[in-house]
Amino acid sequence: MRHHLILRVVTKLLVGMIMLFALYVQFHGDYSPGGGFQAGVIMAVAFILYGLVFSVGQVQQVLPVWLVHKLVALGVLIYAGTGVYSMLTGYAFLDYAALSPHHPSHGQHWGILLVEAGVGITVTAVMVAIHYAFVGRAPLISDEEW
Amino acid sequence: MTEFTLSFIVGHMNYWLFTLLMMTGLYIVVDKGNLVKKIVGLNMFQTAVFMLYISMGKVTGGTAPIFPTDMNIDPEAVYSNPLPHVLILTAIVVGIATTSLGLALIVRIREEYHTIEEALIQKIELEKATREIREFGETMGGPE
Amino acid sequence: MRSLFAVAMLSGAFSLLSALLFVTLDAVDVAFTEAAVGAGISTVLMLGTMALTARFERHASHSPALPLFVVTLTGAAIIYGTLDMPNFGDPAAPVHQHVAPEYFERSPHEIGVPNVVTGILASYRGYDTMGETAVVFSAGVGVMLLLSGLRRRKRKGDPDEDTQNKGGKA
Repeated sequence: MRHHLILRVVTKLLVGMIMLFALYVQFHGDYSPGGGFQAGVIMAVAFILYGLVFSVGQVQQVLPVWLVHKLVALGVLIYAGTGVYSMLTGYAFLDYAALSPHHPSHGQHWGILLVEAGVGITVTAVMVAIHYAFVGRAPLISDEEW
Repeated sequence: MTEFTLSFIVGHMNYWLFTLLMMTGLYIVVDKGNLVKKIVGLNMFQTAVFMLYISMGKVTGGTAPIFPTDMNIDPEAVYSNPLPHVLILTAIVVGIATTSLGLALIVRIREEYHTIEEALIQKIELEKATREIREFGETMGGPE
Repeated sequence: MRSLFAVAMLSGAFSLLSALLFVTLDAVDVAFTEAAVGAGISTVLMLGTMALTARFERHASHSPALPLFVVTLTGAAIIYGTLDMPNFGDPAAPVHQHVAPEYFERSPHEIGVPNVVTGILASYRGYDTMGETAVVFSAGVGVMLLLSGLRRRKRKGDPDEDTQNKGGKA
């Protein structure tokens, strides 16, 4: 896609904004529509867009394949780890009151933040990994064929 | 026995329209031989089910289930049911994950059979099976 | 419609329209997800699949009578089932009687998060969401195993052997 100048310039402008929006959706999800699932997808879209317009090689310099594969598991581990932590401190599995025993409501805030972070990481990594897997196989087709 | 009054028909129109959409998706899955089209049909079916669920959660005069930021909740305010939203929200993301699994399977099928048409795949399978029976039928105790 | 490219684009547009429908039904979180997932990622994945497989559908030869019959029968059965359902938007419907009022009553002081959907998703139904995350995880692992694994079996005379070997280690 060397010759698509407008696409490349606009993509460079947009990628940062998309990532910022994803972080906003992730951390403002308690107050407005949003949360880990949406933020994960939006974050993945930023990487996928960059990979589509430039090349997969360039995205993989920023987000290498091995890192994505680790992140896929890390998100689930954060989620389950929150549950295990609350269990170790004598509460029920995934009872967020464990995170702040003197003020259970604050514990809920912390718990939701952690859990949503885990969801966000897994969803981002899975979507990016799926995209890598698909483009990794792509036969080289020219722009004219579409 | 239910009476088909106007309010009954209008009140149930959402279910019927979503059923129509659902059946359109099912028709694509059953009738079309192209595997990518089957996946699209499955997605349509899925989205229609989501719509059905969400429409059950709607309350007339209600609003989105988000409290004011200062948590001063107006006791008179009517909110729609948040439970279907939670279920469907996660279902959408799981749906895309399973859809991509299906698409990955299609890519592998294409690599093995060089086609993504169901009829052609069946033909190739049949040819392969007849050839195998002809070659190994005797030793396996089959015909001839 | 024979062109799969058009099919992918139309299904993206369908997702976007259904997101608008979700907004009017007060499900803003769902609409958000549907717009990001359906119109964004799934269209990209469809196009990626088409680049690897085929861009046009072959002409089907069988008659649509049997599928139409099956679909009509199923649809009729579902519509028969909806006759007992409450009217659309009825506040007295059974769905709104059991669990939802309790969430509205308890979540302001138990969780203190304005977005009730987030509160239920991450806290009251935390087990559920953990399961969903695990499903997303395993679907991702499945795609990776299917598509980015090393190719052990190579067939002679495979016409697209070259293209497959190029992307073997993604």
